[in-house]
Amino acid sequence: MNPETLAIVISYATPLVFAVIGETITEKAGVVNLSLDGSMLLSAMTGFAVSFTTGNVVLGLMAGGLISSNIALVIAFSSIRLRLNQIAVGIVLTLFAAKLSAFLGQDFVRKPGPSVQDLHIPVLGDIPGIGPILFQQNLLVYSSYILVGFFFWFIFYTRQGLNLQAVGERPEAAYARGIDVNKLRYFYTALGGFLVGLGGAAFSLDVKLGWSDGHIANFGWIALAIVIFGGWHPIRAALGCYLFGLLQLVALKLQPLFPQLSQVLPIIPFPLMIMTLVFINHRKIQYLILRNNVFGRFITGRAPSALGESFQRL
Amino acid sequence: MSLKLLNIRKSFGTILANDDISVEIGQGEIHGLLGENGAGKSTLVNIISGSLTSDSGTISLDGKYLDMSSPSDAIEAGIGILHQEPLVFLPFSIVDNFLAGLPKSRDFDRKLLQDDVRKISQEYGFDLDPNALASNLTVGERQQLEIARLLWMGARVLILDEPTTAISETQRENLFTTIKLLAANGMSVIFVSHKLDEIQSICDRVTVLRKGSLIDTPTLPCPTSELVNLMFGEYTQDIPQNQSVIGENLLVLDGICVKDANSVIEEVHCKFSEGEIIGLAGLEGAGQRILLRGIAGLTKCYRGRIFFKEKEITNQSYKWYMENGFHYLPADREGEGLIQGLTITEHFALAGNQSQTIDWNKAAQLAEDKLREYSIRGTVTSKPEDLSGGNQQRLLLALMPDNLSVLSMEHPTRGLDIESAEWIWKELLERSKNGTTIIFSSSDIDELINFSDRILVCFSGTIIGNLLSKETTPYEIGSLIGGIHS
Repeated sequence: MNPETLAIVISYATPLVFAVIGETITEKAGVVNLSLDGSMLLSAMTGFAVSFTTGNVVLGLMAGGLISSNIALVIAFSSIRLRLNQIAVGIVLTLFAAKLSAFLGQDFVRKPGPSVQDLHIPVLGDIPGIGPILFQQNLLVYSSYILVGFFFWFIFYTRQGLNLQAVGERPEAAYARGIDVNKLRYFYTALGGFLVGLGGAAFSLDVKLGWSDGHIANFGWIALAIVIFGGWHPIRAALGCYLFGLLQLVALKLQPLFPQLSQVLPIIPFPLMIMTLVFINHRKIQYLILRNNVFGRFITGRAPSALGESFQRL
Repeated sequence: MSLKLLNIRKSFGTILANDDISVEIGQGEIHGLLGENGAGKSTLVNIISGSLTSDSGTISLDGKYLDMSSPSDAIEAGIGILHQEPLVFLPFSIVDNFLAGLPKSRDFDRKLLQDDVRKISQEYGFDLDPNALASNLTVGERQQLEIARLLWMGARVLILDEPTTAISETQRENLFTTIKLLAANGMSVIFVSHKLDEIQSICDRVTVLRKGSLIDTPTLPCPTSELVNLMFGEYTQDIPQNQSVIGENLLVLDGICVKDANSVIEEVHCKFSEGEIIGLAGLEGAGQRILLRGIAGLTKCYRGRIFFKEKEITNQSYKWYMENGFHYLPADREGEGLIQGLTITEHFALAGNQSQTIDWNKAAQLAEDKLREYSIRGTVTSKPEDLSGGNQQRLLLALMPDNLSVLSMEHPTRGLDIESAEWIWKELLERSKNGTTIIFSSSDIDELINFSDRILVCFSGTIIGNLLSKETTPYEIGSLIGGIHS
């Protein structure tokens, strides 16, 4: 496989990286934003529409982020304030946002529009091997790298990151230590939603240019699966996205060789993911690597204990 | 230098949970807080630790009035609380448990904190590795972690809320040593419990609450009967007596071996008669639980044979066991015995129901009758999680079918107040008199001797003692539990 193909994998997976990182920090705070597929569709449409109208890609990305952030806030509000079930609200919002994107996006279907421009990083891009793969991309891809690194550092090495984990892990203990649980939950749900929206907009402005009904090819659901596959760990999650991209590409390349398997190949990533999860969650494997170090944490990722539960003080 | 509560009053709706409570706790004093379930201990503790605000009254520490609206206000003022289940983040390392929610005024520095943790551990004899994960700690060690953290946060008053419920005997002794050391270093300790012997052995004074009011604050030691009177009012102790009539052989275990992921019991040879009561002694995890499950048919034995009324039943299904009058009551009443989220009526509808449809009127009527018969404090729409431990156990007994042959039961009275414990045993003895064979485990040696006909002692997966309770002594049982043949 040549560098150009791998470069395509990276750029193809970038919207997923944004969405997966966003959902990961939301879930770290204990909130499940299940509306991802709808949110990403709506922000893909909004992002394209705004860029198309204004001619400004950055404005389009911001608009996509904001709209998805607002959907996320609906989930936060309905779960924290109204104490509704996050799963139910999430699913309803998925359907609502998806239909809304189809309705509002009617005028933008299959129109050529602006896209994110490539930006070759001078020195890094010339490194043989990885240079063309990683650093002959665009600003969106580079910011996704920074995002992954930043949130890895933020979650595990900062005061605020530890508080974020605390809120999703055991809110009553976090509260007893003086953390404003629900304020953090609002904040990280909105922030996570914003990143999800960036992912959606990135899809229509960088991966599959333009807008059409159901444009994002179920990337929202895939992102939700990768959050789990990624063990709520930003780097593992990002690797999951690239692995998914790679497998999709492999399937695409193999199709001409095995035409009779053309329907089977694209779904191979999914059972493979399940098998990987089964493997790393096996008791013996867990026992071997259950250590409190960077690697152990990387492998033994597990859901925040209070995921999906609402919190109310005494 | 002291913590002073003055005229604390708190009500929930029409219930007065704390009625005009005033106490003063001196520096270095270990002060007990005693009362049966529902006496108002938790409310008072929640007010002192900032989780609840009182309707009226004041709290002052060293002459300074405190205005607290959250637990973090309390710890900032110097009042820390160790909850019954320590509020620890299990996937975090010990250091990170200190750092979560760190006040802005303190540095976020893992390296420096490691030294602090080691220093506190050394001073108080804790075994805390700063980088260990909290999930790998025992409950006793999690308590140490929380105490160390509260010390580090600057606590001068430490509240311990029923700290001995879930820890072993050794851990309890360690905890008591720690508490005494803390007090000697000037900490004011509030020790909440309903265990009289613990209060007696560790506290300087004790505040007794009953139905929300402060009854008295005697200095200890004082006669235990006096404390009982303060707790329950003029209450005469009436310990039920085991007068079981032992019939013929009912159940025979022929060398059975049972195991699950965590524990094992091997080569059990034993005969149980109709109406006999057998106590299982032993340390936690020595095999009592798995043996009880094996007897009830819940876990299949992998070797050996079981005979019931002279017929082999080794390979019968759990359903067969249930239909033939076997019953199992677990130690985890709320989690394993009852179904959280289902009402009491629904529990009764489930328990006795053979048909495919439910007659809700009948179920509600049955629940109503049983609540009265078993004097359970709750309504037909209460859920298990709303009930106190004593009432949960009463409910479990009420749900048992009549005419049981074999009742296999873990810790009949663990965590219950005296009144409930006695009531439970009265009921169990009644069952035994009617021919039910009762096999129970307990970590309370007095309970084993008082109520069983025979005591089997488990030690690391085998039965090492088969004693007649009339002829044995607590000392003999204690030695066998520790694996020592006298």
